[in-house]
Amino acid sequence: MTELAQIRNFSIVAHIDHGKSTLADRLIQSTGTVADRDMKAQLLDSMDIERERGITIKANTVRIDYKAKDGKSYVLNLIDTPGHVDFGYEVSRSMRAVEGSLLVVDASQGVEAQTLANVYQAIDANHEIVPVLNKIDLPAAEPEQVKAQIEDVIGLDASEAIPISAKSGLGIPDVLEAIVTRLPAPKGDRNAPLKAMLVDSWYDAYLGVVVMIRVMDGVIRKGDRIKMMQTGALYGVDRLAVLKPKMTDIAELGPGEIGVFTASIKQVRDTRVGDTITHERKGCETALPGFKPSQPVVFCGLFPVDAADFEALRDAIEKLALNDASFSTEMETSAALGFGFRMGFLGLLHLEVVRDRLEREYDLDLITTAPSVVFKLHMKDGEVRDLHNPADMPDLTYVDHIEEPRIKATIMVPDDYLGDVLKLCQDRRGIQMDLTYAGNRAMVVYDLPLAEVVFDFYDRLKSVTKGYASFDYQMMGYREDWLVKMSILVNDEPVDALSIMVHRDRAEARGRVMVEKLKELIPRHMFKIPIQAAIGGRVIARETLSAMRKDVTAKCYGGDATRKRKLLDKQKAGKKKMRQFGKVEIPQEAFINALKMDG
Amino acid sequence: MDDWRHGGFGLYLHWPFCTSKCPYCDFNSHVAAQVDQTRWQHAYLAEIDRIAEETDDRVLNTVFFGGGTPSLMDPDLVAAILDRIGARWRRANDFEVTLEANPGSVEAGRFRAYGAAGVNRLSMGVQALNDRDLKRLGRMHSVAEARRAFDIARDTFGRVSFDLIYARQDQALDDWRRELTEALSMAVDHFSLYQLTVEEGTVFGARAAAGHLKGLPDEDRASDMYLITQEICEAAGLPAYEISNHARPGSESRHNLIYWRYGDYAGIGPGAHGRLTSPAGRWATEAPRGPEEWLQRVETAGNGETPRELLSSSDQATEYLLMGMRLSEGIVLGRWQALRGADIPADRITGLIDLGLLWHSEGRIGATSTGRPVLNALLRELLA
Ligand SMILES: Nc1nc2c(ncn2[C@@H]2O[C@H](COP(=O)(O)OP(=O)(O)O)[C@@H](O)[C@H]2O)c(=O)[nH]1
Ligand SMILES: C[S@@+](CC[C@H](N)C(=O)[O-])C[C@H]1O[C@@H](n2cnc3c(N)ncnc32)[C@H](O)[C@@H]1O
Ligand code: SF4
Ligand SMILES: [Mg+2]
Repeated sequence: MTELAQIRNFSIVAHIDHGKSTLADRLIQSTGTVADRDMKAQLLDSMDIERERGITIKANTVRIDYKAKDGKSYVLNLIDTPGHVDFGYEVSRSMRAVEGSLLVVDASQGVEAQTLANVYQAIDANHEIVPVLNKIDLPAAEPEQVKAQIEDVIGLDASEAIPISAKSGLGIPDVLEAIVTRLPAPKGDRNAPLKAMLVDSWYDAYLGVVVMIRVMDGVIRKGDRIKMMQTGALYGVDRLAVLKPKMTDIAELGPGEIGVFTASIKQVRDTRVGDTITHERKGCETALPGFKPSQPVVFCGLFPVDAADFEALRDAIEKLALNDASFSTEMETSAALGFGFRMGFLGLLHLEVVRDRLEREYDLDLITTAPSVVFKLHMKDGEVRDLHNPADMPDLTYVDHIEEPRIKATIMVPDDYLGDVLKLCQDRRGIQMDLTYAGNRAMVVYDLPLAEVVFDFYDRLKSVTKGYASFDYQMMGYREDWLVKMSILVNDEPVDALSIMVHRDRAEARGRVMVEKLKELIPRHMFKIPIQAAIGGRVIARETLSAMRKDVTAKCYGGDATRKRKLLDKQKAGKKKMRQFGKVEIPQEAFINALKMDG
Repeated sequence: MDDWRHGGFGLYLHWPFCTSKCPYCDFNSHVAAQVDQTRWQHAYLAEIDRIAEETDDRVLNTVFFGGGTPSLMDPDLVAAILDRIGARWRRANDFEVTLEANPGSVEAGRFRAYGAAGVNRLSMGVQALNDRDLKRLGRMHSVAEARRAFDIARDTFGRVSFDLIYARQDQALDDWRRELTEALSMAVDHFSLYQLTVEEGTVFGARAAAGHLKGLPDEDRASDMYLITQEICEAAGLPAYEISNHARPGSESRHNLIYWRYGDYAGIGPGAHGRLTSPAGRWATEAPRGPEEWLQRVETAGNGETPRELLSSSDQATEYLLMGMRLSEGIVLGRWQALRGADIPADRITGLIDLGLLWHSEGRIGATSTGRPVLNALLRELLA
């Protein structure tokens, strides 16, 4: 057990690539938490995808023992939070478990959109915040200007910001001291009934579900009978431990402490982040306020390329669901793509991560259909329906009006690219809410339809600003607009998996781009193929893919009939990557690439 | 009746050497400083004896010396091979012996001796009728040399043919029309017109991958070039009897017809393929591509082939269709049915007829003039 005064709990908030993971590594290393020989970069990012993309997806925690200059030993608990907007909600929840934050800003880049989004969450959680200026080893570092920016844009006192280089280790002792001296110790009552917050949970192949908790009051011990107050479920604590970051058993956890336990829990879905954990008997009276479960906002269809893999896909999704309670899934049948699943995600990155894991870890070949948001259909009879899939759009005569989700997007961009950014937002039906300047960077705030953002907005933003813009958003609720379903007809037959919801004013333009794209994406066939975009029965754009004119082997290679047979087999294997639709074969990548609006 | 008898029986000999490697060529050809022709003679003769053991009850229809550049072979070597063949098989009355030749002056000097050895048909790789394009194709000869060699060949052999490669870089439709007309005035009764194919693993392939092979026709122009070629040759009395081969009726390459009619053929030499029927079934034979590897195999194991593969009847049906549909005469549905044990679904055939790509008449099907340029797609559909 550790005295409250000897505990500090904190997280690190930063824009992506500003050095959060590197700083965490240095803190772990310089305190000897992990021996040098076991040290690998980005220690807390354990998934392949996290390491590859350099982003943190899952919250993680590490307990660091630190002997401070005052001669006393402290326990520092770092909760590493995800760094991407898709997981913003998870960030806000993890922050409720700690009392302070290190605000890391890259001194050569300055404040970015995610710096803002994340620091506001820290402020909302009443954190004490210590600004840290990273990468001062870089010649381009401008610590003084960045300090001013932190004060102007965020409104935090940056006079005592700590200059560091997480890469070289410079300034790391100052950071450790500041954690002890500037962040508050947690509060709590050791003698009160147990009250712990469920911060996160994940599935481990050997241990089953591992639950991360922050104890508020009371003490939890191995063998205790506990109760989850929201779900009412009862468990016995099998194993109690802290993460250093290796799981290290501990006899008990008292107020202010952070650790994990296992309790023969089968799947992550049985646990609810924000739930209150207490003892089965003599439990606490009032639960913590808890959190709303996160809602999927982006939906898409996932279909096996090879129809025979449907069961394998179902199994793989079930296994992933053990560890990720934040996606939704239901079966979907498409005339074009056969049997598959409609899945809902927290955002586009989340979608990509899940799809990547399905393909990689379960060796599946998947067709992903266009991502769509959830539209609200207000029916004439007063009913309100959620539309997750444009293919399910009912007959318009029954629909009174349609609402779509809107977001508040914050974009930080150097002046030079401001014009391009404004044009992009305008093109995507954005409404400007704010435009301010901080130094030579502009901060634009736009009210945008989520539907216009989920697909390739971020890619476009990166390309028009050469990567200099940063972006973050939050959901803002629903608003009515003139939305219609646009169908795509290939060889006069509608291809359900290609239908999308669009704003009526943009339908012609979108339709034209889509049919042009499809003309490029679908290989020529032995006959000509009309490709049309239509709203209801009205064609708004059309292209014709002319018939294939040449595909023949000129040379004969004498008697090498084997070669011909192999060529045929190769071509047939190529065909497997296509989907037969009527008489037309559509390559799998067409289903998503047809929607890219430009570039 | 054994299926192969529909096509006949021929013998292919591969000579794998050239004086230089052409940048577009992915045939099994190698440049060697020197070649020990006596050693090769021993190997060829041993292989001929081995094949004869299993086939000497047959009548041999054709022999084909292919390459590489067989016109680099010693005429004595060619003579020794043909003598041995004559000793081992009964030969057909219209026995055809073709040799592929490059039209250089040195090669032309050997033509008469090849004729004396028993070669009665020469196939010359002229490739282009203008010097700029010959250079770009990496050829060692000029147009003038090719014409001289061709004249010698005409005087020496009963039958001569030549090859041209078209759809070259920067070749306009009209350029080709003119060149083809000139070629027709040279042609005796047979020639082969191949559209340039950029093959992986060749110099052209690498250039194309790097984006440096410019001026090649796109699909539409290549298709137009193919179509006018068919029209012009047909009007001149040399219609296409195969995708890339033209002849006055009756002057077709009998050896190549054996392949396309899916007869039996023995393949001797590095990289050579064969199809041989035995009581056990029909074998696909193959030899290693490396000249030295092949020689050593023959010398030490007494057999140049890698282990044979027995073809299932459905593989045979597929091969018959893949080969036979290249011919204007098409394939006999009954023969395919007998091999495959099933018919090609009627709706598949009518579907392709409706698209104007296939004809069906008197028990045969074949590609129409519209179907031929998209033959691969047609075959995929037929064999789906
Ligand atoms: N020059 C320099 N590079 C740094 C420093 N800290 C981190 N980096 C580099 O910045 C990149 C992003 O760091 P990372 O810790 O992954 O950032 P995160 O996305 O915030 O977790 C990596 O290439 C690091 O090596 C520093 O102090 N100096
Ligand atoms: C076996 S090759 C070679 C014969 C001989 N060595 C010569 O080059 O003249 C037979 C013919 O195939 C053709 N050919 C070879 N490579 C080709 C390619 N990449 N594209 C089109 N035709 C090709 C040439 O016309 C060549 O004459
Ligand atoms: S095209 Fe003929 S001469 Fe040129 S490398 Fe190939 S086989 Fe040899
Ligand atoms: Mg990171």
